[in-house]
Amino acid sequence: MLGFIAYRLAYLLPVLLAVTLLTFLIASLLPGDLAHAMLGDQATPEAVAALRRDMGLDQPLWWRYLSWLGGILKGDFGRSFRTGEPVLGAILARLPVSLELMLLAEITALAISIPLAIQCAVNSGGSFDRVVTGIAFAKLSLPNFMAAILLIYVFAVALRLLPATGYTPLGEDWLGNFRSMLLPSLTLALAEWPVLMRVLRSDMIATLQEDYITMAKAKGLKRRRILFVHALKPSSLTLITVAGINIGRLIGGAVIVESVFALPGIGRLLLAAIYTRDFMILQGVVLFVAAGFVIVNFLVDMLYAVLDPRVRHAHQ
Amino acid sequence: MTAAAPEAAPARPLLAIEGVSVTLPTPRGPLTAVDDVSLELAAGRTLGIVGESGSGKTMLSRAVAQLLPRRARLSGAVRFADQTLTALDPEALRRLRGRALAFVFQDPMTSLNPVLSIGSQIIETLREHLGLERAAAARRAVELLGEVGIPSPEQRLAQYPHQFSGGMRQRVAIAIALSCEPKLLIADEPTTALDVTVQAQILDLLAREQRRRGMAMILITHDLGVVAGRTDEVAVMYAGRVVERAPTARLFRAMRMPYTQGLIAAIPKLDAPPHTPLKAISGLPPDPIRRSPGCAFAPRCPLVGARCRESRPPLETGDGHQFACWHPLPANAAAAP
Amino acid sequence: MRTSKVAIADTAIAPAEGGGPLAKFGWLFWLALAWIGLIVLAAALADLLPLPSPTDMDMLERRAPPSAAHWLGTDRLGRDMLARLIHGARISLTVAILAPLIGLLVGGALGILAGYCRGFLETAVVGGVDVLLAFPPLVLALAITAYLGQTVAILTSIIGILSIPAFTRVARAATLSLASREFILAARAMGATEVRILLRELLPNVIPPLMAFFLLAIAVTIVVEGALSFLGLGVPPPAPSWGGMIGEGRESLEAAPRIAFLPALFMFVTVLSFNVVGDTLRVLTDPRQAAL
Repeated sequence: MLGFIAYRLAYLLPVLLAVTLLTFLIASLLPGDLAHAMLGDQATPEAVAALRRDMGLDQPLWWRYLSWLGGILKGDFGRSFRTGEPVLGAILARLPVSLELMLLAEITALAISIPLAIQCAVNSGGSFDRVVTGIAFAKLSLPNFMAAILLIYVFAVALRLLPATGYTPLGEDWLGNFRSMLLPSLTLALAEWPVLMRVLRSDMIATLQEDYITMAKAKGLKRRRILFVHALKPSSLTLITVAGINIGRLIGGAVIVESVFALPGIGRLLLAAIYTRDFMILQGVVLFVAAGFVIVNFLVDMLYAVLDPRVRHAHQ
Repeated sequence: MTAAAPEAAPARPLLAIEGVSVTLPTPRGPLTAVDDVSLELAAGRTLGIVGESGSGKTMLSRAVAQLLPRRARLSGAVRFADQTLTALDPEALRRLRGRALAFVFQDPMTSLNPVLSIGSQIIETLREHLGLERAAAARRAVELLGEVGIPSPEQRLAQYPHQFSGGMRQRVAIAIALSCEPKLLIADEPTTALDVTVQAQILDLLAREQRRRGMAMILITHDLGVVAGRTDEVAVMYAGRVVERAPTARLFRAMRMPYTQGLIAAIPKLDAPPHTPLKAISGLPPDPIRRSPGCAFAPRCPLVGARCRESRPPLETGDGHQFACWHPLPANAAAAP
Repeated sequence: MRTSKVAIADTAIAPAEGGGPLAKFGWLFWLALAWIGLIVLAAALADLLPLPSPTDMDMLERRAPPSAAHWLGTDRLGRDMLARLIHGARISLTVAILAPLIGLLVGGALGILAGYCRGFLETAVVGGVDVLLAFPPLVLALAITAYLGQTVAILTSIIGILSIPAFTRVARAATLSLASREFILAARAMGATEVRILLRELLPNVIPPLMAFFLLAIAVTIVVEGALSFLGLGVPPPAPSWGGMIGEGRESLEAAPRIAFLPALFMFVTVLSFNVVGDTLRVLTDPRQAAL
């Protein structure tokens, strides 16, 4: 097992390095000068030049990359142009909101897709299967922001059951927190469940035809045990892989959902940085999100090994 | 090796297959996998079912355990231990399977779940049918693994199927099948997927356990060599039908069917001189969808006559020996060994 | 492995499990194709159609319900909804078709070369694609637009570049499954040069699955551009785009929900149509399925 972890770790580090490089290169795409952009058109050439020296912008590209990288590794992501607050601090303050949103969304999506997928697989080709598969297919064409608008209209405007925007922190009032997170996480979950359900369904249909399922029936095991232990466990591997791959889309969706529902998460921070042209925060957020995404994928890989003993032992 | 004298069969056989047919719908038409088969098996006795691929022997075994694929249609009746399996509700069937009626599949690599430890696959059966507590079930599982000849069973309980060799895996499958003291064990080609060196060990294990527990057993195989000396009775299947059935010794000594004769002749003999050509039965089994009116074996039979192609021979029964042929081999043909 | 004959019999009888919920060319396919034709035609002829200008504001007719003058009503600034929808279709569809085209040409070429030449080239391409895929796509698109500015051209290029990894994967997978087939070996045995094999034998067989994927990519691009425009970071106003209209309609949800829902409906139907057509073609052209 340790050999497996070490092997994957060796692959992880170059990818993380490449991510920092790409993030830095994107930042250097800015036409014109960062200092100029910060000070505006009215600034004197001397002020611009002074700021450039200050920020180290007159150094060669590779030097700037390395010094920036060095800062990152020490936890120094720089400071916001507008507010002066440390970028990393700003990110970490908003991280819990986004994490809560994505976690609730993923759990809800799984809670919807697993039972549906099992029921569809067991009666594959039947009317329930066809209807659910059709709905899933149609839902794939309904993007996040549209679903958000729809849900807001139905629950907030028409029925007035839930707040359209706003966020109550968990510590303050857990019921209020639940009410403010319900529509956002539901929006994201509705975007996730079609993909998860389709993948799990087709994997389970294949698994249910395996000999070991017939053997489990021959042993006289209860149907529930056969479905949830013998069939679901092998099929869950694909599900986890897809769920892991989808985290990238989940993050993108979180940006939209946080914007629509006014949740103070990282996605909203990213957008605010773009609207106000706060490039320091923008750079930090992009790096944080990308690196986080890579690490989460790595963890999903580890989880895969835990669930499938054949993967673990392949390295022995 | 054989049990008590054949004529002292108990009043009611443990298993009675009565006129069972299995058809499967296919795009080309209905496929008759099993055609009006009737068999009986008394408690404690071993029946061998022999046939080529496509003879219907696997479908028949699945029909007994009611494990047919969803689209298969079964007609006829299967009676087991005073219950009519074909009329039983699913829950009662479920309680029967794994407990009174056990199954061993052909390929243990695919019949054991690859992501569950073999311990959990044994224990779940024990807990389901015998209601054992987890610790007691684990202890019993270790005992069972020892009984089937797996060394260091305590350590192996937590291991996974892919960590075992083929023969060991089949022993595990047998341990699972025996775990709840079944009255009938159906072994569907239990050694076909294994090395030749391991085959004899597994068959001996099955025979030993059968004797020890007084269990009835059905041994399904395409290899007549497997049933010789390990079964009380043999039924030969061809194209979905039973074409000959007799006590084992008598079948080998005095077979009536040209097909059976061909099968026996095809077994390579250890004492034959080197480079002796192998005798094979020429031709292929018939198409199970388009069935000819005559005897199914007619295209390949060395004794074929005009009548064979026109009409199907009925199954003759006489003193415990059944056969279906217009030109059977004479009784007492081969000399006694 | 399913070696038991019982399982084989079962699979021989069961109908093939396809991709979408339709069997070959169902009525849904033709309906979807019809809508695509209609909307593309309307978008192409937008200037010629007898529509009011999409940017003319009529402050006296704000959020007006449908009438003779404005067939689908007006938005919060008094602009004609139908005109905006059709001109918005033009912009959204232009981006939706051009961006995946970049992905198709660049990604397709890279994928085919990677799958055919193997070795270092393949490792480099796969590695590069992996790094690009390490970034959540929307985040990357947002970041780059922030640095480079917000024009339709930049938007198209960014989304196009972001679609390259997916096309590379599809092309590489198709190439890998085709390169070992007999007709490639036969061509090589007859002395054909590698370039000729690539162009004459491999390419015509990789193009169908790529085209099917292209249609699916169009659907995704409409959504991505829609999301960006919804946030105000896509197509720059006052040019209309469906996503932007939905975003603008957000504040009128109480008074006139139609302002948000009409573009939403158009977008949904269009995306669904491309998904239906693309999925049908994908099932038909998958070289792995053909190998069965």
